[in-house]
Amino acid sequence: MENLTNLTVNESLKKLKAKEISPIELTQAYIDKMADNAKYNAYVTQTAEQAIEAAKEAEKKYMNGTNRPLEGIALGIKDLFCTKGIRTTACSHIIDNFVPQYESTVTQNLLDDGAIFLGKLNLDEFAMGGSNETSCFGPVVNPWSKETKLVAGGSSGGSAAAVAAKMCAAATGTDTGGSIREPAAFCGVTGIKPTYGRCSRYGIVAFASSLDQAGPICKDVTDCALLLNSMASYDAKDSTSSKNEIPDFSSFIGKDIKGLKVGIPVEYRPDGLNAEVAEYWDKAADILKAAGAEVISINLPHTKYALPTYYVIAPAEASSNLARYDGVRYGNRVEGNGLDELYINTRTAGFGAEVKRRILIGTYVLSAGYYDAYYLKAQKVRRLIKNDFDEAFKKCDIILTPTSPIEPFAIGDTKMLENPINMYLNDVFTVSVNLAGLPAMSLPIGLSKNGLPFGMQLIGKAFDEGTIFKTAYQLERGANFVRM
Amino acid sequence: MAVDNDMVRNIAFLSRLSVKQDKLEETKQEFNKILAWVEELGEVNTDNVEPLVSVNNESLLLREDEVTAGQMSEKVLANAPAKEFGYFVVPKVVE
Repeated sequence: MENLTNLTVNESLKKLKAKEISPIELTQAYIDKMADNAKYNAYVTQTAEQAIEAAKEAEKKYMNGTNRPLEGIALGIKDLFCTKGIRTTACSHIIDNFVPQYESTVTQNLLDDGAIFLGKLNLDEFAMGGSNETSCFGPVVNPWSKETKLVAGGSSGGSAAAVAAKMCAAATGTDTGGSIREPAAFCGVTGIKPTYGRCSRYGIVAFASSLDQAGPICKDVTDCALLLNSMASYDAKDSTSSKNEIPDFSSFIGKDIKGLKVGIPVEYRPDGLNAEVAEYWDKAADILKAAGAEVISINLPHTKYALPTYYVIAPAEASSNLARYDGVRYGNRVEGNGLDELYINTRTAGFGAEVKRRILIGTYVLSAGYYDAYYLKAQKVRRLIKNDFDEAFKKCDIILTPTSPIEPFAIGDTKMLENPINMYLNDVFTVSVNLAGLPAMSLPIGLSKNGLPFGMQLIGKAFDEGTIFKTAYQLERGANFVRM
Repeated sequence: MAVDNDMVRNIAFLSRLSVKQDKLEETKQEFNKILAWVEELGEVNTDNVEPLVSVNNESLLLREDEVTAGQMSEKVLANAPAKEFGYFVVPKVVE
């Protein structure tokens, strides 16, 4: 019999409903894969026993016909979502013993729909990083690695690797500057960051609150629609949660894209762009044309300034959000003489190098005398970046770009580590989307000559994930990417 | 605007982090590299541009000021590194 972990969520649900397979054997198949693939370091906490118990409950539901939309589907959860009674660390030593007393809204939505949790997935510390190398539990290994161990991307590296290596049916991720899309691209899987406000941020460890959004990482486009249906909700506990109507995202799968206008931003194609990336970009445009879309050039003139804008705003918000880790209410404490010393000792011992770097930069750009020059300036440029998209979407319905300018690189790559800016530059195609609050998906388009996956990004108008889903589905069919 | 060692020490204190003496120079250089990079933003004309604070256009909702959850001090204290008599414990701050 074929390995059950090859099935997509959609396929699994069909077989579960037809009682061809049981949720217990399906869950067990994923637990076996987690053991086989432990070398990838994707999970930081495993909850196999609870998962099997939940699968037994799911079996009963299928038997008595009370099964819910995701009944018996085994998921991995990024360790940034608070899960009641299950350790949640953000992959930082400062809270590596934290056991939430409540459930995040997104994970509660998934549980309410019958999903089963296999455990918590590795990420960059507090989601700050693009390679999963800043995790206090060590880097995730990209399952596509050949002789050299490659990064899985970040920050949702554990989520992308676990889906690629079939250690879960699908996973949750979060995306502040590309943290769903870049690892999805690096691991040959599909992930969507929905419009800001679609998914509640309640119970997600905060990084940069005006940019953070949750979304699914899945085996394919159809699964992303199913998962997002469950994850998205209006939530009074998140003041930025949107009351916009949430459509059935699955209803866009298979719709035709005849006459759809696809924009190609000329600023995303500098002279030095990786030739293979450029080739696949053309191929993706051709696939969409063949499906009836019209491909046009558009301009996003402030693209060049998106990264510097992001690397002012995100650290500023992070420095404020991370002030809460003080060794008093939760997490680890390092004693000192007096309160200030307790704070300093606790934070100096608990945070890793990249997190400290961002707290320092963020504190500086928010401090008296520098606020206007850096933070306020960045907020103004942020508006210009958003305006660029508003203008572009007067001419097109969706935007097509590569997800990353490069293929996955080696763990410990000296060029990436010697200068933090080199690592930041990998986010060049993804950060603008967060600054503008737009939805965007990454899906695999093909392999490089080194046999490593490349991802394509589709950017939609705010609250128009539907157009992304129908376009992505056509692109997926045309690309015919073979999963691991 | 480049920062000096004193500024790094000051920012570190504001952040309640300590940067060791032998790491000060390295931290300063890294800091200045990042600042020089983000200073590209100075090229952009932002006269009469309103800062974008949030992409969310919906106005914040008001709700009744009422207790929606309470009577759970045990849960609130469950992860505290030090607690006593239903309180968080901190070093003495008032002489």
